Order: sequence, then C-alpha cells, then structure tokens
Amino acid sequence: MSTPHPVAGRVPAGSPRPALLICEHCDTVYRRRPLAPGETARCARCHAVLERYHRLGTGTMLALVLTALVVFVEANAWPIVTLGLNGEQVGTTLWGMIVVMWQQGAQVVSVLAAATLFFLPLTKMLVLGWLLAFARVGRRAPGFRPLMVALHYVHPWTMSEVFVLGVLVSIVKAHLYFDVIPDPGVFAYAALALLITVFAGVDHRHLWDTVPESPA
Amino acid sequence: MSALPRAHELGLIGCHVCGLVCRDTKLPDAACPRCGSPLHRRKAASYTRTWALLIAAFLLYIPANVLPIMRTASLGDVDDNTILSGVVELWVNGSQDLAVIVFTASILVPMTKFLVLGTLLVSAHRGSAWARPQRAKLYRLVEFVGYWSMLDVFVVALMTALVQFGVFSLVAPLPGVIFFGLTVVLTMLASMSFDPRLTWDGKADND
Repeated sequence: MSTPHPVAGRVPAGSPRPALLICEHCDTVYRRRPLAPGETARCARCHAVLERYHRLGTGTMLALVLTALVVFVEANAWPIVTLGLNGEQVGTTLWGMIVVMWQQGAQVVSVLAAATLFFLPLTKMLVLGWLLAFARVGRRAPGFRPLMVALHYVHPWTMSEVFVLGVLVSIVKAHLYFDVIPDPGVFAYAALALLITVFAGVDHRHLWDTVPESPA
Repeated sequence: MSALPRAHELGLIGCHVCGLVCRDTKLPDAACPRCGSPLHRRKAASYTRTWALLIAAFLLYIPANVLPIMRTASLGDVDDNTILSGVVELWVNGSQDLAVIVFTASILVPMTKFLVLGTLLVSAHRGSAWARPQRAKLYRLVEFVGYWSMLDVFVVALMTALVQFGVFSLVAPLPGVIFFGLTVVLTMLASMSFDPRLTWDGKADND
C-alpha cells in the first residue's frame, strides 16, 4: 500500500496522465505517482482505492473480452439445466426463462432478467471490445467519448455472476424432487462469471489518459 | 489548510464520470471538458434522492416479504413460499450452506442497506465527525454487495422455467417476487445517489 503525497497545483496541459487525482469517495486531492507492479494507491483519509497497477495490457484485456463474448454466446445458446420427472424432460435457456416469466405475469422480472443478464452484459462487452481494439493500436475508437460515458453507467447493472449462484441454488432445490442434468450452458456461465470477475476489477477510465486524442 | 487538501479548498472539481480533475468555474452548468458530463461538487440533490429511493425501496420490501414469491403445485397439492419460508425449506432439506447464502442475499443484505444508508444520511446531514473512516467503509461495502440480492429473483425465474410437468409438478411466480425485484433495483439506485463525499463535509476531524 502506498500513499501518494497530497500537493496543491494545476494540471499541466497535454501531459499523458493528469498530475492530480481526486479520491471519488471523499474529495481529497493527490499528486499522481506511477505505481509499481502489484501496488495499490489508497486514500489516506478514507482508505478507498485510488488506483491500481494495471497488470493486464490492452492486448490481454481485448483477448479476455473476446473470450468472454464467445463464452457469452455459448451460455445463451445452450440449455442451462434439464430436469427429469417420470421420463419427461424439461430444459431451459436464459431466453426460455425470460419468455416464461413474461407469460406467467411477472413481466417486471422478465425485463430485469433480460436487461441484467443479456442486454447490459452484451453492451458492456461489445463497447469494451470496440474501445480496446482501437486502443491497442493507440487510437481512440469512433464514438470514444459517449461510449466511455455509457460504460460508466452500464457497469453496475450486469449480474451474470449472481445468476450463476442462482443456477446453483435452483439445482439444489430441484434435486430433491427431480433428476437434474446440468447442461453445457451452466459451464459456459461459470466460465463467463470468472472472466467477468477478472475484467470487472479493472478501472477502464485509464483509457481516457492512455489513448491520446487523435488530431484527425 | 489541512494536510490532506480537499478539492473545494483548492478550487477543483473531480468529474463524477471520468475522474478528470477540473478547475471549479462556479458556473451553474459547467461540463467536464473531457467526457462532457455535467460537473457537480456533490451529486445533485443527494439527500432528497437517496431518502426518496430508500423509503420507496423499504415500502416495497414489506410486500416482498409478506407476499409469497413462488407457488409449487404437484398433484393438486399447492404450496406457496415466501422468501423466508424458502430459506427454511433449504435449511430443513439439508442445504444449510445455501440457506445461509440465500438468507444473506435476500434478507441480511437489504436490511443492512436500509440501516447503513439511513445512518449515513442522518450522520452526514448533521455534519457529524463520528466514525468517518468506518462510515466510508460501510458505504463501499453496501455498494459492493448490493446487486447480489437479485439472487432469489433469478432462482424463482429459473425454477418457473424448469418445473413445467403439467399436473405432476408446476412452479409459478407470485407477486412477492416482483416487489422484491423492484426493491433491489431501488436500493441500488439509492446507494448510487448517495454521495460519500458528504460524510467528510461538515465539522472538521478532531484528530
């Protein structure tokens, strides 16, 4: 843990990383210091994380996002679990679940599930992939500014990890009365949860600084 | 000036969206030069919005707990489960570990959110210097665990989709789950509209 020295001053124009940073949680101003591998800068006043050293490069991040996209397609295309009772079998995919909830009169739940498990995670991965693909060659992607802002607002609303735990609880509940056959979709979801956890810990706002504004 | 200067003491503003350090121009409709988002010293109407969302969430949390969230019917035998009876069922059937997880996500986390956000709002509004580092930590905890409460909603949805065996066995969602889903969304919005900087405004630290 390191504590940057708080210093008053102005932001020099055109520097690669702004000289100052402000703790989001308590508004304390610090002078930015380059971090060594594994280092985390914490606020001396409220102990919130100011910055972490980024171990994953842009290329690695892009590879992770693309992997997550492939896994996401699989997680949605394949059935998640199949239940058996008296020789009869019922399986479902994520979209099967969303449609059934709509038909059963729980449209609110249906919309929540569609947004937090499908549209928002997909948006997040596509936007991130787009931004990183350009950042890798040192360019700002078309629509960089609105997309970076969108990423900020989408971030808290993706819940694939929670769904994985929900699948686990459902399997245990159903196991008492039915034969439970886990389908490939559940493994794809588990992998997706892991990948999301890896890149959720990265603050993508460094792209504002590390990718220069192209003159043209 | 204290050893740890705060943004307003230096005439600075941190953009809430992209984090850029900007000079505070004191103009009413200043925008961040980098991302274009409106610049605020503090989140707009933080107290009012957070209270409103928190109270709305709490009101919805009552039917979410009282009303059943899921109906299980098999061979004419109908069984309606509330959040709590679902937890008890898991416990009795030998999955104590999962019962604890569901209890935490559905009951402990929302209750903690109500208590913590209420405490943060009252103490920040009074400008209290009491336990500031701990209050800051509680806020970060609430932000971090908030969305896991959606667990039970997903369980009901998945069970409904899976248990479709006609007269032999059928699961259907009941209104409680809708109230619960809305509670979770509202508590998330409430913790997002609270501005943790408010904790550090008001009376100066005594240390």
